Amino acid sequence: MSFLREAALVAGKDLRIERRSRVALQQIVPFAAIVVLLLAFALDSDSTMLPRAAPGLFWAAIFLATVLAVGRSFGVEEANRARDGLRMSGLDGGSIFVGKAVAVAVELFLLEVVVGIAVVVLYDVTVRGVLVLVCAAFAATIALAATGTVYGVLAGGLRARETLVPLLVLPAVMPVMLGATRAFQAALDNAPGDAWPWVQLLAVFAVLVCAAGVVAFGPLLEET
Amino acid sequence: MLLAGPNGAGKTTLLRLCAGLLPLRAGTGEVLGVDLATGRKRIRRAIALVGHETFCYDDLTVLENVRFAARAAGCEPGVGEAALERVGLKRVANVAHGRLSQGQRRRLALANAIARAPRLLLLDEPHAGLDEEGRAVLEAVVAEAPQHDCTVMIASHELELARRLVTREVEIIAGQVHPLPAAAPAPRPEVRV
Repeated sequence: MSFLREAALVAGKDLRIERRSRVALQQIVPFAAIVVLLLAFALDSDSTMLPRAAPGLFWAAIFLATVLAVGRSFGVEEANRARDGLRMSGLDGGSIFVGKAVAVAVELFLLEVVVGIAVVVLYDVTVRGVLVLVCAAFAATIALAATGTVYGVLAGGLRARETLVPLLVLPAVMPVMLGATRAFQAALDNAPGDAWPWVQLLAVFAVLVCAAGVVAFGPLLEET
Repeated sequence: MLLAGPNGAGKTTLLRLCAGLLPLRAGTGEVLGVDLATGRKRIRRAIALVGHETFCYDDLTVLENVRFAARAAGCEPGVGEAALERVGLKRVANVAHGRLSQGQRRRLALANAIARAPRLLLLDEPHAGLDEEGRAVLEAVVAEAPQHDCTVMIASHELELARRLVTREVEIIAGQVHPLPAAAPAPRPEVRV
């Protein structure tokens, strides 16, 4: 079986599990929406602050949801020792990485649509520069999902994985959070020229993390 | 072949070592002609392990679980369904793994294993949790294994049941393997599934 077919098999399996269990729909999406709502309450005394802070608050909410999605992605592998089944399956470690990262990314894309609508409504944001927003969101989401997947497998076999994943992932995705926030800020300020360099940074980061994940995921799956 | 021995003797560890799930930290070992120290990942496609856990996903149905195992092993479409038929789980094909009884889960794990068409089938306490019909299914799978060019290694405490299925027996005590004298193949009872 080819690399991409194996990745599609793993992604399909993870997405089917999420669709069936509805954890993403019933827990992760409401969680992200509540984060956005709470931050709106926290900052609403200054009506000019919310639209300016919207990009950072949006990506903070997405990051927190990423931690949950990654934890869930590897949590299902711990039940019934499915992780050992994956190791025995003969699937290539790189293709398992791509499949799991794609499944997390798909969940995050859907989440970003919901959270984006909530931010526009609650924070009174005027959407400008749609193309650059979409490109930045795409690159940042791939980077978040790939980074989360690498650290997710690293912590997957440990009892303290729920608390370890955010501790490991947050420092690693700082460039993503910074780049995505700046790109969104520039796009919303109607200055797309200032946003593209940040999008390029996000794209480079995403490619590097994906490459590292394809190489490192197999050994990490074996050793942790 | 039967692996006998007291609790903690190392039977499960040996099976997981043979399956390539544990690294060889000392000594040497070969499975299917492959050195366990250097090629344990290469042999996995040719081996199936039915252990204490099923390696299945609770939210996937029986059919989805066995199809995933078969496709991951590069098997043709339809192999998973045939494996379910063989272990008598076709009537619960659309039931989620999380809703199965213990015995049905064991049978699903067995279906996943045979769907991979392994050359070496490792069974860890295979009789545990199985009812009479399940044990008949298990005996049939083991009895037919040589026709599929498959060797079966069983670790079990239920020695009477396990000895009906094997032609060789070794005992493990504190991690040391002690071969017992080769016995004539035990007469196999007629099995109908």
